[in-house]
Amino acid sequence: MKIGVVVFPGSNCDHDCQHVFKDVLGQYVEMIWHKETLLAGLDAIVLPGGFSYGDYLRTGAIAQFSPVMGAVKEFAKSGGMVLGICNGFQILLEAGLLPGAMLRNKSLHFICKDVSVKVENAATAFTGACESGQVLKIPIAHADGNYYTDPVTLAAMQANAQIVLRYCTPNGKVTPEANPNGSLDNIAGIINAEGNVLGMMPHPERCAEEVLGNDDGKLIFLSMLESLKGNKKQLKMMPA
Amino acid sequence: MKAKIHVTLKQGILDPQGKAIEHALDSLGFKNTSNVRVGKYMEVDVNETDKAKADAAVKAMCEKLLANTIVEEYRYELQ
Repeated sequence: MKIGVVVFPGSNCDHDCQHVFKDVLGQYVEMIWHKETLLAGLDAIVLPGGFSYGDYLRTGAIAQFSPVMGAVKEFAKSGGMVLGICNGFQILLEAGLLPGAMLRNKSLHFICKDVSVKVENAATAFTGACESGQVLKIPIAHADGNYYTDPVTLAAMQANAQIVLRYCTPNGKVTPEANPNGSLDNIAGIINAEGNVLGMMPHPERCAEEVLGNDDGKLIFLSMLESLKGNKKQLKMMPA
Repeated sequence: MKAKIHVTLKQGILDPQGKAIEHALDSLGFKNTSNVRVGKYMEVDVNETDKAKADAAVKAMCEKLLANTIVEEYRYELQ
């Protein structure tokens, strides 16, 4: 598979994403500078974590107008698989590829620690390798991860199983105490209605190999690859 | 013309910074304060002499970039 990792000025998890796809999972990775306007031959795109444009104005506010984002939007609209991690999630929200917005963490602190997240929907292209209800331990590192959306949108997302990951206790209970940042409905990750764009605040690329002591995050990337392989098979089976 | 733009979180949306400042004011003895809201203030020179055109431009830039209208509201004055 050919995975594109977008590099904005201020991205700092781009090489971790490249490392996981290339060195851990043996895929071809193309680093895409934010000035690019054409994306050809890619199977999936990752918007990595970091502090694009210094988080000026709002997280992701300026990155959404980067030249590359036009091509990312086209790619997403044509059904291409897009994963946004942390700042990448914030950019997807600002760009309108996912509903809602991020507020400052309720505690006002920048929080960097392992958290537990529950896989609420294991039937997505990003979680297919997980069990339904499985608890993953993945680190978060953000100051603006307090997800908000209006009640109508929230209800629609709940009805469509678009809330894919929720903060929980280590044994899988979704409680207010397990919510690190005040996020609405304990939301840690959501998917669009079409099922091809996922945003998540936790960093799976930081825990995707055993040598790091935790490889829970690898399941997200494996799910994407499995789904892409399945899609290719389906495409081949379709009559010309 | 100069646009003076204020962007704040919408009423009803938790403003953690405002809350922290509210607590600080309270502990400093300012017992008659409440509902502190923190926002952003921006000044933009708009190269227009026609007020209606400048107004339309500022409104468009607020909607498109300066405010995230899902969680924020904006107001401005033109001078």
